Amino acid sequence: MEINVLVFGQITDITGKGSLKFTDIKSTGELNQLLLKTYPLLGSVKYLMAVNKRIIHENTILMNEDTIALLPPFSGG
Amino acid sequence: MGQSNTYRRYERQIVLKEFGTAAQEKLFRAKVLVVGAGGLGCPALQYLSAAGVGYIGIVDFDKVELTNLQRQVLFTVDDIGKPKAKVAAEKLKLFNPEIQFSVYEEKLGTANALEIIGEYDIVIDGTDNFATRYLVNDACVLLGKPLVYGAVLRFEGQVGVFNYPDKDGSPGVNYRDLFPQPPEPSTVPSCNEAGVLGILPGIIGTMQAAEAIKIITGIGRPLSNIIVSYNLLNNIYFECMVSSAGNNDINFPKSKAAFKSFNYEWFCGNTHHSGEISPEEFDELRKNENVSIIDVREKDELPVIDEFPVTQIPLSRFELGVSAIAEKNKIVLICKSGKRSLSALKLLTERYPDCIAYSLKGGIDAWKMKLHQK
Repeated sequence: MEINVLVFGQITDITGKGSLKFTDIKSTGELNQLLLKTYPLLGSVKYLMAVNKRIIHENTILMNEDTIALLPPFSGG
Repeated sequence: MGQSNTYRRYERQIVLKEFGTAAQEKLFRAKVLVVGAGGLGCPALQYLSAAGVGYIGIVDFDKVELTNLQRQVLFTVDDIGKPKAKVAAEKLKLFNPEIQFSVYEEKLGTANALEIIGEYDIVIDGTDNFATRYLVNDACVLLGKPLVYGAVLRFEGQVGVFNYPDKDGSPGVNYRDLFPQPPEPSTVPSCNEAGVLGILPGIIGTMQAAEAIKIITGIGRPLSNIIVSYNLLNNIYFECMVSSAGNNDINFPKSKAAFKSFNYEWFCGNTHHSGEISPEEFDELRKNENVSIIDVREKDELPVIDEFPVTQIPLSRFELGVSAIAEKNKIVLICKSGKRSLSALKLLTERYPDCIAYSLKGGIDAWKMKLHQK
């Protein structure tokens, strides 16, 4: 199974690109762990996670071809 | 201008069958507050004025600078050094003399926010910092006012409508459902540091004005319970549904009185410098972070502190004991009245300039008094 991760805002500074792909990830918790392992700097920033365009606040089971978005806070006006 | 001319001005939108005279009249009667007359506020103000919103409030304590002109399109080089809110209102008044403007050349804070926001139907957040964003959000929640949120950085922006009740009367999500706690200031670059393409706040601010117009007139579907992330470079318009984070236990003011004593600068981590903190700030710090609390009173002094763990290092032996406490936690020094802890703070920060330490203002007496008042 494969999932797509879309990265927004200043988080792309850490990941280096706006879109990532992962395989065999079962939940958002597992995804977070893998992201932190791959990009340790993510540990110091806040971001929202959306699964298929729905913001989640709890660990969520992932399915094949799910799209996960990482949205950071902006303050500029 | 006579009434027929008034309507003629808005003819092109009145002719829309979804809009009509009824929607136009709703705009005439509406009161909208725009917080921040900057990159987001300027275009929002222009289109709200163009659309015929009857009463517009403008809050901004800042003055026009040369570096603003690339995106803050209401201002010209002649305006540099002049107060933004006043200049904006003057320009907009010429543009549409039928609109009434209220100018607030002051910083929105806990002392004035409820009073100012209370006068309006809808608030547009065009601020440029987290402290004011949380403040405006919390005030709108307490007052039950819809808030049109917008924020930008570099080539990306976010828009959403908060606190807008749906048909069954559920209150609608707010900024705390997205980000219950603010980020560490060092982790989010500002537009000053990271830059912003001038036209981006033009797009996002205009979207905010559009949301306000939709809410006032009741046409279309406002971005309630939705956050839009827009990337100008890649033409990505990404809508996400937001549901309540159910975070009633987090630290936000739940009453008007609590709001007035809430320190948003502190909450957003903008007060890094060591210094004195109030009992409320102390409680907030204890709740949210690992802190080492040092009691600098002499042995067996009263009152006894049993509400939270403390380490005792009396001021008389403080210089000897100080090496044991310089650690990576934040440090709060306390004594009976706050005087000795302030002396200890001086000793500590002289020895360890990089440590983050505070002295509890009014001492344990003031803290216990607050506790009993609750």
